[in-house]
Amino acid sequence: MKNRSLSFWLFLTPTLVALALVVFIPMLEGLLYSFTDWDGLSFTKMVGFKNYTALLTDKTFINAFWFTLAFVIVTVILLNVIGLGLALLVTQKFKGSNLLRTIFFMPNMIGGLILGFIWQFIFTQGFTALGTALHWSWLNGWLTNAKTGFWGLVIVTVWQMSGYIMIIYIAYLQNIPQEVIEAAEIDGASAWQRFTKITFPMIAPAFTVCMFLTLSNGFKIYDQNLSLTNGGPYQSTQMLAMNIVNTAYNSGNFAAAEAKAMIFFIIVAAISLIQVFYNRKREVDL
Amino acid sequence: MKKKSTVFIGILGILLGLLWLFPFYMIVSNSFKTPKGIFASVLSLPNPFTSANYGASFKALHFMSSLTNSLIITICSVLLLILCSSMGAYALQRNHSKLSGALLMVFISAMLIPFQSVMIPLTANFGSVHFLNMYGLMFMYVGFDCSLSIFLYQGTLSSIPIAMDEAAELEGANRWQIYTKVILPMLSPMTVTVAILNIIAIWNDYLLPSLVLPQAQYTIPLQMFNFFGEYTKQWHLALAGITLSIIPVILFYLFAQKWIIKGVTDGAVK
Repeated sequence: MKNRSLSFWLFLTPTLVALALVVFIPMLEGLLYSFTDWDGLSFTKMVGFKNYTALLTDKTFINAFWFTLAFVIVTVILLNVIGLGLALLVTQKFKGSNLLRTIFFMPNMIGGLILGFIWQFIFTQGFTALGTALHWSWLNGWLTNAKTGFWGLVIVTVWQMSGYIMIIYIAYLQNIPQEVIEAAEIDGASAWQRFTKITFPMIAPAFTVCMFLTLSNGFKIYDQNLSLTNGGPYQSTQMLAMNIVNTAYNSGNFAAAEAKAMIFFIIVAAISLIQVFYNRKREVDL
Repeated sequence: MKKKSTVFIGILGILLGLLWLFPFYMIVSNSFKTPKGIFASVLSLPNPFTSANYGASFKALHFMSSLTNSLIITICSVLLLILCSSMGAYALQRNHSKLSGALLMVFISAMLIPFQSVMIPLTANFGSVHFLNMYGLMFMYVGFDCSLSIFLYQGTLSSIPIAMDEAAELEGANRWQIYTKVILPMLSPMTVTVAILNIIAIWNDYLLPSLVLPQAQYTIPLQMFNFFGEYTKQWHLALAGITLSIIPVILFYLFAQKWIIKGVTDGAVK
Protein backbone atom coordinates (compact mmCIF):
# COMPACT_ATOMS: atom_id res chain seq x y z
CA MET A 1 0.00 0.00 0.00
CA LYS A 2 1.37 3.37 -0.96
CA ASN A 3 1.52 6.32 1.43
CA ARG A 4 -0.63 8.44 -0.79
CA SER A 5 -3.16 5.75 -1.61
CA LEU A 6 -6.62 6.36 -0.28
CA SER A 7 -6.93 2.84 1.06
CA PHE A 8 -3.85 3.22 3.29
CA TRP A 9 -5.45 6.12 5.11
CA LEU A 10 -8.94 4.64 5.15
CA PHE A 11 -7.63 1.49 6.82
CA LEU A 12 -5.84 3.54 9.44
CA THR A 13 -8.48 6.19 10.07
CA PRO A 14 -10.57 4.42 12.75
CA THR A 15 -7.67 3.62 15.04
CA LEU A 16 -5.81 6.88 14.45
CA VAL A 17 -8.90 8.96 15.23
CA ALA A 18 -9.70 6.90 18.32
CA LEU A 19 -6.13 7.05 19.56
CA ALA A 20 -5.96 10.81 19.08
CA LEU A 21 -9.29 11.56 20.75
CA VAL A 22 -8.96 9.06 23.58
CA VAL A 23 -5.26 9.12 24.42
CA PHE A 24 -3.12 11.84 22.87
CA ILE A 25 -5.38 14.90 22.97
CA PRO A 26 -6.46 14.31 26.60
CA MET A 27 -2.81 13.68 27.51
CA LEU A 28 -1.71 17.01 26.02
CA GLU A 29 -4.66 18.81 27.60
CA GLY A 30 -3.77 17.26 30.94
CA LEU A 31 -0.19 18.43 30.58
CA LEU A 32 -1.40 21.96 29.85
CA TYR A 33 -3.94 21.95 32.70
CA SER A 34 -1.30 20.81 35.17
CA PHE A 35 0.28 24.27 34.77
CA THR A 36 -3.00 26.15 35.32
CA ASP A 37 -5.72 26.62 37.94
CA TRP A 38 -8.08 24.32 36.01
CA ASP A 39 -11.29 23.46 37.90
CA GLY A 40 -12.49 20.67 35.64
CA LEU A 41 -14.34 22.99 33.27
CA SER A 42 -12.14 25.99 32.59
CA PHE A 43 -9.03 27.80 33.79
CA THR A 44 -8.26 31.47 34.31
CA LYS A 45 -4.47 31.66 34.41
CA MET A 46 -1.18 29.84 34.11
CA VAL A 47 0.41 29.12 37.47
CA GLY A 48 3.78 27.70 36.41
CA PHE A 49 5.03 24.80 38.49
CA LYS A 50 2.89 25.67 41.49
CA ASN A 51 0.79 22.48 41.22
CA TYR A 52 3.96 20.43 41.12
CA THR A 53 5.76 22.10 44.00
CA ALA A 54 2.58 21.80 46.07
CA LEU A 55 2.88 18.01 45.74
CA LEU A 56 6.02 18.06 47.84
CA THR A 57 3.96 19.13 50.85
CA ASP A 58 0.90 17.04 49.96
CA LYS A 59 1.06 14.43 52.71
CA THR A 60 -1.55 12.11 51.19
CA PHE A 61 0.35 12.05 47.90
CA ILE A 62 3.73 11.44 49.53
CA ASN A 63 2.21 8.74 51.70
CA ALA A 64 0.54 7.14 48.67
CA PHE A 65 3.87 7.20 46.85
CA TRP A 66 5.80 5.37 49.59
CA PHE A 67 2.93 2.98 50.20
CA THR A 68 2.79 2.13 46.49
CA LEU A 69 6.55 1.75 46.25
CA ALA A 70 6.66 -0.64 49.22
CA PHE A 71 3.71 -2.56 47.76
CA VAL A 72 5.42 -2.84 44.38
CA ILE A 73 8.71 -4.09 45.85
CA VAL A 74 7.01 -6.73 47.98
CA THR A 75 4.64 -7.95 45.26
CA VAL A 76 7.31 -8.08 42.55
CA ILE A 77 9.42 -10.38 44.74
CA LEU A 78 6.54 -12.54 45.99
CA LEU A 79 4.85 -12.86 42.60
CA ASN A 80 8.01 -13.96 40.86
CA VAL A 81 9.06 -16.41 43.55
CA ILE A 82 5.59 -17.92 43.91
CA GLY A 83 4.80 -17.74 40.18
CA LEU A 84 8.02 -19.59 39.32
CA GLY A 85 7.44 -22.05 42.15
CA LEU A 86 3.95 -22.87 40.89
CA ALA A 87 5.28 -23.18 37.33
CA LEU A 88 7.96 -25.66 38.44
CA LEU A 89 5.35 -27.57 40.40
CA VAL A 90 2.79 -27.98 37.63
CA THR A 91 5.37 -28.84 34.97
CA GLN A 92 6.32 -31.97 36.98
CA LYS A 93 4.66 -35.06 35.64
CA PHE A 94 1.97 -36.12 38.08
CA LYS A 95 -1.73 -36.74 38.02
CA GLY A 96 -3.76 -33.57 38.39
CA SER A 97 -1.07 -31.10 37.31
CA ASN A 98 -3.38 -29.73 34.62
CA LEU A 99 -6.18 -29.31 37.13
CA LEU A 100 -3.78 -27.39 39.38
CA ARG A 101 -2.88 -25.05 36.52
CA THR A 102 -6.57 -24.36 36.02
CA ILE A 103 -7.02 -23.61 39.72
CA PHE A 104 -3.97 -21.36 40.08
CA PHE A 105 -4.93 -19.25 37.08
CA MET A 106 -8.62 -18.95 37.95
CA PRO A 107 -8.44 -15.85 40.22
CA ASN A 108 -6.88 -13.97 37.34
CA MET A 109 -10.13 -14.17 35.40
CA ILE A 110 -12.04 -12.27 38.08
CA GLY A 111 -11.89 -8.50 38.11
CA GLY A 112 -9.93 -6.67 40.79
CA LEU A 113 -13.05 -5.03 42.16
CA ILE A 114 -14.83 -8.29 42.92
CA LEU A 115 -11.61 -9.90 44.19
CA GLY A 116 -11.29 -7.10 46.70
CA PHE A 117 -14.83 -7.71 47.95
CA ILE A 118 -14.19 -11.46 48.24
CA TRP A 119 -11.13 -10.87 50.39
CA GLN A 120 -12.79 -8.17 52.43
CA PHE A 121 -15.13 -10.91 53.62
CA ILE A 122 -12.28 -13.31 54.31
CA PHE A 123 -10.16 -10.77 56.18
CA THR A 124 -12.95 -9.33 58.27
CA GLN A 125 -15.10 -12.43 58.89
CA GLY A 126 -13.00 -15.50 58.06
CA PHE A 127 -9.77 -14.35 59.74
CA THR A 128 -11.62 -13.29 62.85
CA ALA A 129 -13.35 -16.66 63.11
CA LEU A 130 -10.08 -18.52 62.54
CA GLY A 131 -8.28 -16.28 65.03
CA THR A 132 -10.87 -16.95 67.71
CA ALA A 133 -10.86 -20.70 67.07
CA LEU A 134 -7.07 -20.99 67.15
CA HIS A 135 -6.46 -18.21 69.71
CA TRP A 136 -4.22 -16.38 67.23
CA SER A 137 -4.79 -12.75 68.01
CA TRP A 138 -2.87 -11.50 64.96
CA LEU A 139 -5.75 -12.71 62.79
CA ASN A 140 -8.13 -10.21 64.38
CA GLY A 141 -8.84 -6.72 63.16
CA TRP A 142 -7.49 -7.06 59.62
CA LEU A 143 -7.92 -4.03 57.35
CA THR A 144 -8.44 -1.77 60.37
CA ASN A 145 -4.91 -0.35 60.20
CA ALA A 146 -2.33 0.50 57.57
CA LYS A 147 -0.17 -2.54 58.28
CA THR A 148 -2.81 -5.24 57.87
CA GLY A 149 -4.32 -3.22 55.03
CA PHE A 150 -0.97 -3.35 53.27
CA TRP A 151 -0.58 -7.10 53.70
CA GLY A 152 -4.20 -7.58 52.76
CA LEU A 153 -3.56 -5.87 49.44
CA VAL A 154 -0.41 -7.93 48.96
CA ILE A 155 -2.27 -11.18 49.61
CA VAL A 156 -5.07 -10.30 47.19
CA THR A 157 -2.59 -9.37 44.48
CA VAL A 158 -0.49 -12.48 45.00
CA TRP A 159 -3.58 -14.70 44.95
CA GLN A 160 -4.77 -13.01 41.78
CA MET A 161 -1.58 -12.66 39.76
CA SER A 162 0.60 -15.66 40.70
CA GLY A 163 -1.26 -17.82 38.22
CA TYR A 164 -0.65 -15.29 35.47
CA ILE A 165 3.08 -15.15 36.18
CA MET A 166 3.06 -18.94 36.41
CA ILE A 167 1.65 -19.18 32.87
CA ILE A 168 4.50 -17.05 31.50
CA TYR A 169 7.17 -19.08 33.30
CA ILE A 170 5.55 -22.29 32.02
CA ALA A 171 5.83 -21.00 28.45
CA TYR A 172 9.57 -20.56 28.90
CA LEU A 173 10.08 -23.76 30.88
CA GLN A 174 8.49 -25.76 28.08
CA ASN A 175 10.99 -24.32 25.62
CA ILE A 176 13.89 -25.97 27.42
CA PRO A 177 14.92 -28.98 25.32
CA GLN A 178 14.24 -32.13 27.30
CA GLU A 179 17.44 -33.77 25.99
CA VAL A 180 19.60 -31.22 27.75
CA ILE A 181 18.08 -32.02 31.10
CA GLU A 182 18.22 -35.76 30.46
CA ALA A 183 21.86 -35.51 29.44
CA ALA A 184 22.66 -33.67 32.68
CA GLU A 185 20.74 -36.30 34.62
CA ILE A 186 22.81 -39.08 33.01
CA ASP A 187 25.96 -37.14 33.85
CA GLY A 188 24.89 -37.31 37.47
CA ALA A 189 23.68 -33.75 38.06
CA SER A 190 21.38 -33.46 41.09
CA ALA A 191 17.94 -31.87 40.84
CA TRP A 192 19.32 -28.70 42.42
CA GLN A 193 22.27 -28.58 40.00
CA ARG A 194 19.95 -29.12 37.05
CA PHE A 195 17.81 -26.25 38.25
CA THR A 196 20.60 -23.74 38.92
CA LYS A 197 22.82 -24.68 35.97
CA ILE A 198 20.25 -25.34 33.23
CA THR A 199 16.69 -24.32 34.01
CA PHE A 200 17.52 -21.05 35.70
CA PRO A 201 19.78 -19.60 32.97
CA MET A 202 17.43 -20.77 30.24
CA ILE A 203 14.40 -19.01 31.66
CA ALA A 204 16.29 -15.76 32.31
CA PRO A 205 14.30 -13.89 29.62
CA ALA A 206 11.11 -14.83 31.48
CA PHE A 207 12.43 -12.95 34.50
CA THR A 208 12.70 -9.76 32.51
CA VAL A 209 9.17 -10.14 31.16
CA CYS A 210 7.67 -10.96 34.54
CA MET A 211 9.67 -8.38 36.46
CA PHE A 212 8.47 -5.50 34.35
CA LEU A 213 4.96 -6.85 34.07
CA THR A 214 4.60 -7.05 37.84
CA LEU A 215 6.35 -3.70 38.28
CA SER A 216 4.08 -1.67 36.06
CA ASN A 217 0.95 -3.56 37.16
CA GLY A 218 1.81 -2.86 40.78
CA PHE A 219 2.00 0.87 40.20
CA LYS A 220 -1.29 0.96 38.33
CA ILE A 221 -3.44 -1.01 40.79
CA TYR A 222 -6.71 0.70 41.60
CA ASP A 223 -9.73 -1.66 41.74
CA GLN A 224 -8.40 -3.95 44.50
CA ASN A 225 -7.46 -0.90 46.52
CA LEU A 226 -10.94 0.54 46.14
CA SER A 227 -12.91 -2.54 47.07
CA LEU A 228 -10.61 -3.94 49.76
CA THR A 229 -9.76 -0.92 51.92
CA ASN A 230 -10.98 2.09 49.93
CA GLY A 231 -7.71 3.68 51.03
CA GLY A 232 -8.74 3.55 54.68
CA PRO A 233 -8.36 3.93 57.54
CA TYR A 234 -7.67 7.65 57.13
CA GLN A 235 -6.18 7.30 53.62
CA SER A 236 -3.31 5.29 55.06
CA THR A 237 -3.64 2.52 52.46
CA GLN A 238 -4.29 4.79 49.50
CA MET A 239 -2.18 3.99 46.46
CA LEU A 240 -1.06 6.42 43.73
CA ALA A 241 -3.80 5.64 41.23
CA MET A 242 -6.48 6.07 43.87
CA ASN A 243 -4.90 9.25 45.17
CA ILE A 244 -5.19 10.79 41.69
CA VAL A 245 -8.82 9.71 41.26
CA ASN A 246 -9.79 11.00 44.71
CA THR A 247 -7.95 14.31 44.30
CA ALA A 248 -9.99 14.94 41.18
CA TYR A 249 -13.41 13.49 41.89
CA ASN A 250 -13.69 13.68 45.68
CA SER A 251 -11.75 16.85 46.50
CA GLY A 252 -12.35 18.63 43.19
CA ASN A 253 -8.70 19.67 42.88
CA PHE A 254 -8.49 19.02 39.17
CA ALA A 255 -5.30 20.94 38.49
CA ALA A 256 -3.49 19.22 41.36
CA ALA A 257 -4.80 15.86 40.13
CA GLU A 258 -3.39 16.60 36.68
CA ALA A 259 0.04 17.37 38.13
CA LYS A 260 -0.10 14.05 39.98
CA ALA A 261 -1.25 12.32 36.80
CA MET A 262 1.79 13.63 34.94
CA ILE A 263 4.19 12.44 37.66
CA PHE A 264 2.40 9.09 37.53
CA PHE A 265 2.90 8.99 33.77
CA ILE A 266 6.63 9.65 34.14
CA ILE A 267 7.00 6.78 36.64
CA VAL A 268 5.04 4.27 34.58
CA ALA A 269 6.61 5.30 31.27
CA ALA A 270 10.11 5.18 32.75
CA ILE A 271 9.59 1.56 33.85
CA SER A 272 8.45 0.57 30.35
CA LEU A 273 11.28 2.44 28.64
CA ILE A 274 13.88 0.84 30.88
CA GLN A 275 12.40 -2.52 29.92
CA VAL A 276 12.63 -1.72 26.19
CA PHE A 277 16.21 -0.54 26.63
CA TYR A 278 17.11 -3.62 28.65
CA ASN A 279 15.60 -5.97 26.06
CA ARG A 280 17.48 -4.26 23.23
CA LYS A 281 20.72 -4.58 25.13
CA ARG A 282 20.09 -8.25 25.77
CA GLU A 283 19.36 -8.86 22.10
CA VAL A 284 22.61 -7.14 21.14
CA ASP A 285 24.52 -9.18 23.71
CA LEU A 286 23.14 -12.38 22.23
CA MET B 1 13.87 -41.97 46.02
CA LYS B 2 11.91 -41.14 42.87
CA LYS B 3 8.72 -42.43 44.45
CA LYS B 4 9.14 -40.39 47.62
CA SER B 5 9.61 -37.06 45.83
CA THR B 6 6.57 -37.72 43.62
CA VAL B 7 4.44 -38.27 46.70
CA PHE B 8 5.81 -35.10 48.26
CA ILE B 9 5.07 -33.07 45.11
CA GLY B 10 1.58 -34.54 44.96
CA ILE B 11 0.83 -33.56 48.56
CA LEU B 12 2.27 -30.08 48.10
CA GLY B 13 0.13 -29.68 44.98
CA ILE B 14 -3.03 -30.71 46.77
CA LEU B 15 -2.36 -28.35 49.68
CA LEU B 16 -1.63 -25.37 47.43
CA GLY B 17 -4.65 -26.16 45.28
CA LEU B 18 -6.88 -26.18 48.36
CA LEU B 19 -5.31 -22.92 49.57
CA TRP B 20 -6.08 -21.30 46.21
CA LEU B 21 -9.65 -22.61 46.25
CA PHE B 22 -10.29 -21.59 49.86
CA PRO B 23 -11.63 -18.09 49.02
CA PHE B 24 -14.09 -19.61 46.55
CA TYR B 25 -15.25 -22.07 49.21
CA MET B 26 -15.72 -19.20 51.66
CA ILE B 27 -17.95 -17.10 49.43
CA VAL B 28 -19.98 -19.95 47.96
CA SER B 29 -20.62 -21.78 51.23
CA ASN B 30 -21.52 -18.60 53.12
CA SER B 31 -23.79 -17.41 50.32
CA PHE B 32 -26.10 -20.33 51.20
CA LYS B 33 -26.30 -19.43 54.90
CA THR B 34 -28.71 -17.30 56.85
CA PRO B 35 -27.26 -14.17 58.53
CA LYS B 36 -27.32 -16.10 61.81
CA GLY B 37 -25.59 -19.03 60.17
CA ILE B 38 -22.72 -16.81 58.98
CA PHE B 39 -22.44 -15.27 62.41
CA ALA B 40 -22.43 -18.67 64.13
CA SER B 41 -19.74 -20.22 61.97
CA VAL B 42 -18.04 -18.73 58.93
CA LEU B 43 -15.89 -21.75 58.19
CA SER B 44 -18.43 -24.57 58.30
CA LEU B 45 -20.75 -25.81 55.56
CA PRO B 46 -24.18 -24.13 55.40
CA ASN B 47 -26.53 -25.38 58.13
CA PRO B 48 -29.38 -24.53 57.79
CA PHE B 49 -29.09 -24.32 54.03
CA THR B 50 -30.94 -21.52 52.23
CA SER B 51 -30.98 -20.28 48.67
CA ALA B 52 -33.14 -17.25 49.48
CA ASN B 53 -30.11 -14.91 49.31
CA TYR B 54 -29.84 -15.53 45.59
CA GLY B 55 -33.34 -14.35 44.77
CA ALA B 56 -32.87 -11.18 46.80
CA SER B 57 -29.45 -10.29 45.39
CA PHE B 58 -30.51 -11.21 41.85
CA LYS B 59 -33.11 -8.45 42.15
CA ALA B 60 -30.95 -5.96 44.01
CA LEU B 61 -28.14 -6.33 41.46
CA HIS B 62 -30.59 -5.91 38.55
CA PHE B 63 -28.71 -8.96 37.39
CA MET B 64 -30.35 -9.50 34.01
CA SER B 65 -29.93 -5.89 33.00
CA SER B 66 -26.32 -5.58 34.20
CA LEU B 67 -25.43 -8.91 32.60
CA THR B 68 -26.96 -7.72 29.32
CA ASN B 69 -25.08 -4.41 29.52
CA SER B 70 -21.80 -6.19 30.26
CA LEU B 71 -22.36 -8.54 27.32
CA ILE B 72 -23.29 -5.79 24.86
CA ILE B 73 -20.39 -3.55 25.83
CA THR B 74 -17.80 -6.33 25.87
CA ILE B 75 -18.88 -7.99 22.62
CA CYS B 76 -19.32 -4.78 20.62
CA SER B 77 -16.08 -3.24 21.87
CA VAL B 78 -14.08 -6.38 21.11
CA LEU B 79 -15.57 -6.74 17.60
CA LEU B 80 -14.82 -3.10 16.87
CA LEU B 81 -11.30 -3.52 18.20
CA ILE B 82 -10.64 -6.60 16.10
CA LEU B 83 -11.90 -4.93 12.94
CA CYS B 84 -10.19 -1.56 13.43
CA SER B 85 -6.86 -2.80 14.68
CA SER B 86 -6.45 -5.58 12.11
CA MET B 87 -7.20 -3.01 9.38
CA GLY B 88 -4.71 -0.58 10.85
CA ALA B 89 -2.03 -3.23 11.29
CA TYR B 90 -2.58 -4.43 7.72
CA ALA B 91 -2.09 -0.95 6.29
CA LEU B 92 1.01 -0.38 8.40
CA GLN B 93 2.63 -3.73 7.71
CA ARG B 94 2.10 -3.69 3.94
CA ASN B 95 3.52 -0.19 3.59
CA HIS B 96 7.29 -0.17 3.88
CA SER B 97 7.90 3.53 4.32
CA LYS B 98 9.28 5.72 7.04
CA LEU B 99 5.78 7.04 7.62
CA SER B 100 4.34 3.66 8.56
CA GLY B 101 7.30 3.01 10.84
CA ALA B 102 6.67 6.32 12.55
CA LEU B 103 2.94 5.62 12.89
CA LEU B 104 3.67 2.25 14.46
CA MET B 105 5.90 4.02 16.98
CA VAL B 106 3.02 6.39 17.75
CA PHE B 107 0.75 3.44 18.50
CA ILE B 108 3.36 1.73 20.64
CA SER B 109 4.22 4.90 22.56
CA ALA B 110 0.55 5.26 23.51
CA MET B 111 0.98 2.09 25.56
CA LEU B 112 3.27 4.04 27.90
CA ILE B 113 0.45 6.32 29.00
CA PRO B 114 -1.46 5.06 32.05
CA PHE B 115 -5.21 5.53 32.20
CA GLN B 116 -5.13 7.93 35.18
CA SER B 117 -3.03 10.37 33.17
CA VAL B 118 -5.75 10.95 30.59
CA MET B 119 -9.00 10.19 32.37
CA ILE B 120 -9.97 13.67 33.57
CA PRO B 121 -9.72 15.60 30.27
CA LEU B 122 -11.03 12.55 28.42
CA THR B 123 -14.26 12.35 30.39
CA ALA B 124 -14.62 16.14 30.36
CA ASN B 125 -14.32 16.21 26.55
CA PHE B 126 -16.73 13.34 25.97
CA GLY B 127 -19.13 14.87 28.47
CA SER B 128 -19.19 18.18 26.64
CA VAL B 129 -20.37 16.46 23.44
CA HIS B 130 -22.84 14.22 25.36
CA PHE B 131 -21.00 11.01 24.66
CA LEU B 132 -20.80 9.67 28.19
CA ASN B 133 -22.69 6.43 27.45
CA MET B 134 -21.98 2.93 26.23
CA TYR B 135 -21.27 4.08 22.68
CA GLY B 136 -18.71 6.55 23.89
CA LEU B 137 -17.28 3.79 26.07
CA MET B 138 -16.91 1.41 23.11
CA PHE B 139 -15.08 4.12 21.19
CA MET B 140 -12.78 4.72 24.16
CA TYR B 141 -11.91 1.04 24.35
CA VAL B 142 -10.87 1.15 20.70
CA GLY B 143 -8.60 4.08 21.52
CA PHE B 144 -7.08 2.55 24.63
CA ASP B 145 -6.68 -1.02 23.44
CA CYS B 146 -5.87 -0.67 19.74
CA SER B 147 -2.16 -0.17 20.38
CA LEU B 148 -1.49 -3.61 21.82
CA SER B 149 -3.83 -5.22 19.28
CA ILE B 150 -2.12 -3.52 16.33
CA PHE B 151 1.24 -4.52 17.73
CA LEU B 152 0.15 -8.17 17.99
CA TYR B 153 -1.47 -8.24 14.53
CA GLN B 154 1.51 -6.58 12.94
CA GLY B 155 3.79 -9.40 14.13
CA THR B 156 1.55 -12.05 12.59
CA LEU B 157 1.08 -10.10 9.35
CA SER B 158 4.81 -10.10 8.68
CA SER B 159 4.61 -13.90 8.36
CA ILE B 160 1.87 -13.75 5.70
CA PRO B 161 3.65 -13.52 2.33
CA ILE B 162 2.82 -10.52 0.17
CA ALA B 163 2.39 -12.96 -2.73
CA MET B 164 -1.01 -13.74 -1.21
CA ASP B 165 -2.08 -10.13 -1.74
CA GLU B 166 -0.65 -10.03 -5.24
CA ALA B 167 -2.36 -13.23 -6.32
CA ALA B 168 -5.70 -11.86 -5.17
CA GLU B 169 -4.99 -8.55 -6.88
CA LEU B 170 -4.33 -10.31 -10.18
CA GLU B 171 -7.71 -11.93 -9.90
CA GLY B 172 -9.25 -8.48 -9.69
CA ALA B 173 -9.84 -8.09 -5.97
CA ASN B 174 -9.67 -4.60 -4.51
CA ARG B 175 -7.93 -3.71 -1.25
CA TRP B 176 -11.01 -4.24 0.90
CA GLN B 177 -11.70 -7.62 -0.67
CA ILE B 178 -8.09 -8.73 -0.20
CA TYR B 179 -8.33 -7.74 3.45
CA THR B 180 -11.66 -9.41 4.19
CA LYS B 181 -11.29 -12.52 2.00
CA VAL B 182 -7.58 -13.28 2.24
CA ILE B 183 -5.90 -11.52 5.15
CA LEU B 184 -8.51 -11.52 7.91
CA PRO B 185 -9.12 -15.30 7.74
CA MET B 186 -5.37 -15.93 7.92
CA LEU B 187 -5.14 -13.73 11.01
CA SER B 188 -7.71 -15.73 12.94
CA PRO B 189 -5.29 -17.37 15.43
CA MET B 190 -4.13 -13.90 16.46
CA THR B 191 -7.72 -12.66 16.44
CA VAL B 192 -8.50 -15.24 19.13
CA THR B 193 -5.64 -13.87 21.23
CA VAL B 194 -6.71 -10.25 20.73
CA ALA B 195 -10.29 -11.17 21.57
CA ILE B 196 -9.40 -13.09 24.74
CA LEU B 197 -7.12 -10.38 26.13
CA ASN B 198 -9.69 -7.66 25.55
CA ILE B 199 -12.70 -9.67 26.68
CA ILE B 200 -11.07 -10.26 30.07
CA ALA B 201 -9.93 -6.64 30.46
CA ILE B 202 -13.18 -5.01 29.32
CA TRP B 203 -15.52 -7.38 31.16
CA ASN B 204 -13.73 -6.70 34.45
CA ASP B 205 -13.05 -2.99 33.96
CA TYR B 206 -14.39 -0.74 36.66
CA LEU B 207 -12.87 2.75 36.72
CA LEU B 208 -13.43 3.85 33.12
CA PRO B 209 -17.06 2.67 32.90
CA SER B 210 -17.76 4.17 36.33
CA LEU B 211 -16.78 7.58 34.93
CA VAL B 212 -18.62 7.11 31.65
CA LEU B 213 -21.82 5.09 32.01
CA PRO B 214 -25.21 6.40 33.20
CA GLN B 215 -26.89 4.20 35.82
CA ALA B 216 -29.24 2.52 33.33
CA GLN B 217 -26.24 1.13 31.46
CA TYR B 218 -24.33 -0.15 34.49
CA THR B 219 -22.23 -3.27 33.95
CA ILE B 220 -21.75 -6.05 36.52
CA PRO B 221 -18.71 -4.53 38.30
CA LEU B 222 -20.44 -1.14 38.58
CA GLN B 223 -23.65 -2.65 39.86
CA MET B 224 -21.59 -4.73 42.28
CA PHE B 225 -19.90 -1.63 43.67
CA ASN B 226 -23.22 0.12 44.21
CA PHE B 227 -24.71 -2.98 45.72
CA PHE B 228 -21.81 -3.26 48.18
CA GLY B 229 -22.31 0.27 49.34
CA GLU B 230 -25.82 -0.73 50.42
CA TYR B 231 -25.23 -4.24 51.74
CA THR B 232 -21.79 -4.24 53.39
CA LYS B 233 -23.23 -5.35 56.66
CA GLN B 234 -25.49 -7.93 55.00
CA TRP B 235 -22.86 -10.43 53.94
CA HIS B 236 -25.40 -13.16 53.12
CA LEU B 237 -26.77 -11.01 50.27
CA ALA B 238 -23.39 -9.58 49.24
CA LEU B 239 -21.84 -13.05 48.95
CA ALA B 240 -24.73 -14.36 46.85
CA GLY B 241 -24.19 -11.30 44.62
CA ILE B 242 -20.47 -12.02 44.31
CA THR B 243 -21.14 -15.65 43.44
CA LEU B 244 -23.70 -14.66 40.81
CA SER B 245 -21.32 -12.16 39.27
CA ILE B 246 -18.40 -14.57 38.94
CA ILE B 247 -20.43 -17.44 37.47
CA PRO B 248 -20.29 -16.07 33.88
CA VAL B 249 -16.53 -15.58 34.15
CA ILE B 250 -15.85 -19.05 35.52
CA LEU B 251 -18.05 -20.64 32.84
CA PHE B 252 -16.19 -18.72 30.13
CA TYR B 253 -12.87 -19.77 31.66
CA LEU B 254 -13.70 -23.46 31.87
CA PHE B 255 -15.13 -23.42 28.35
CA ALA B 256 -12.32 -21.46 26.66
CA GLN B 257 -9.38 -22.30 28.91
CA LYS B 258 -7.08 -23.50 26.14
CA TRP B 259 -7.43 -20.27 24.17
CA ILE B 260 -7.28 -18.12 27.25
CA ILE B 261 -3.95 -19.55 28.34
CA LYS B 262 -2.55 -19.16 24.83
CA GLY B 263 -3.89 -15.62 24.51
CA VAL B 264 -2.56 -14.51 27.86
CA THR B 265 0.86 -15.98 27.10
CA ASP B 266 1.03 -14.34 23.66
CA GLY B 267 -0.05 -10.99 25.07
CA ALA B 268 2.61 -11.01 27.76
CA VAL B 269 5.54 -12.52 25.93
CA LYS B 270 5.37 -10.70 22.60
